[in-house]
Amino acid sequence: MIRFDNVSKVYPKQTRPALRDVSLEVEKGEFVFLVGSSGSGKSTFLRLILREERCSQGQVHVLGKDLARISNWKVPQMRRQLGTVFQDFRLLPNKTVGENVAFAQEVIGKSRGEIRKSVPQVLDLVGLGGKEDRMPGELSGGEQQRVAIARAFVNRPKLLIADEPTGNLDPQTSVGIMKLLDRINRTGTTVVMATHDQNIVDQMRKRVIELEKGRLVRDQARGVYGYQH
Amino acid sequence: MRAQFVLSEIGVGLRRNLTMTFAVIVSVGLSLALFGGSLLMSDQVSQMKGYWYDKVNVSIYLCNKSDAKSDPACAQGAVTTQQKEQIKADLEKMSVVDEVLYESQDEAYKHYKEQFGDSPLAASITPDQMPESYRIKLKDPEKYQVIASAFNGRAGVQSVQDQKEILDNLFRLLGYLNWAARGVMLVMLFVALLLIVNTVRVSAFSRRRETGIMRLVGASGFYIQAPFIMEAAVAGVIGGTIACASLVLGQQFVIEGGVSLAQELPLIAFVGWDAVFTKLPLILAASFLMPALAAFFALRKYLKV
Repeated sequence: MIRFDNVSKVYPKQTRPALRDVSLEVEKGEFVFLVGSSGSGKSTFLRLILREERCSQGQVHVLGKDLARISNWKVPQMRRQLGTVFQDFRLLPNKTVGENVAFAQEVIGKSRGEIRKSVPQVLDLVGLGGKEDRMPGELSGGEQQRVAIARAFVNRPKLLIADEPTGNLDPQTSVGIMKLLDRINRTGTTVVMATHDQNIVDQMRKRVIELEKGRLVRDQARGVYGYQH
Repeated sequence: MRAQFVLSEIGVGLRRNLTMTFAVIVSVGLSLALFGGSLLMSDQVSQMKGYWYDKVNVSIYLCNKSDAKSDPACAQGAVTTQQKEQIKADLEKMSVVDEVLYESQDEAYKHYKEQFGDSPLAASITPDQMPESYRIKLKDPEKYQVIASAFNGRAGVQSVQDQKEILDNLFRLLGYLNWAARGVMLVMLFVALLLIVNTVRVSAFSRRRETGIMRLVGASGFYIQAPFIMEAAVAGVIGGTIACASLVLGQQFVIEGGVSLAQELPLIAFVGWDAVFTKLPLILAASFLMPALAAFFALRKYLKV
């Protein structure tokens, strides 16, 4: 699903690499936590998977494809097979919940009939059934994140990338979001989640990958957070 | 891709950016109006050339008695009948000559009277002071030099005059005006392009949230860029329509009616509606393609996909 072979990333005009010689593999259906302090390279790791950046050395394979060999115009095709969720939700404030979810289908050219069918379905799945016509501003943070997850999942991606999805949420709401991500993972979708949330990592007992100053320092099958603030 | 989705995005973008859109419309309109104007001007010049060159002649003026004293070319005295016949025969043998007309002193006097009427100068002129001449119509008006070199300095010939030369000065002036119009057009076009680039940049910036989300969910580059490109193209076509309207109005009020130059200056053949109408599609196409291309290249820089 994801394979990094000796991947390094140096940003232009910076001497210290953001990632240094990282090698790892994530299998289909796994749930992986990515932990590490700010500046440890978590975001760079995720950006490489999304091919927002290209690595300086090594090879990144996602969904069986070498990202260095994908031409620019084929990148959108690749991203359609990924779902992404962020700390700041990234919803369109002037569109309703339903429209926000439908947006992910509109831009890839799904027919209106398909959209009308799949949007309520996925909103039911994330526990927001019947809130289709609400505006994002009327919803709580947890609900907004559920909308974002619905949008990420509506095209049934094989891989879901979550960058601190619970970063803006209180612990109780976070648990709800984690249950949802776990449910999505059980449908066969691989989930890679960067987080700072110690409780969640400790509770879920999933694979933990820790980065420190761009280096992979820990890869534990059923790990705990282990990182001290 | 769904057309309605794209259309609504275009509308939102244009309204959000109203002042810039307005500036784009005006500058595209002005530059393309100048573009059309200069095209029409070229048409006008070539039409006038065709019309006038058809009417102009090369004149060979022959020596008369009074020239014999005053003009060194006629030092041998007035032209003789034999010389006249020889000149006529030579002219008719030349392949560039289309037609040769003879104008006698009396006819020249008559034309002179018609032209200058009762002026004091005309009153003092007598027929025998007027030169006899051959009026030569050439198959190709550019071939004046052939006649000039063959007859200048020949016995009995006072001078060879090409009327085309007088017109050429006028056409050269019109040509300069035309180039000036094109220069202004280029500057305006450049301004319009800069405005479009800036408008697109502002537009892309104000919608970076939407475009970011579009990238996130895997929208193709074209799908993300299309609303911006179409936005510029729509503004451009509105400007192009204004340019077309100003050309049509110009033709209507300056040449046909209003100032009605066509009636005031019947000697000049003005361009007609057909010339105007053939320019309109060209202007509209330019008003669509130019902003669209400018937007496309601006987006490559400001909208990373």
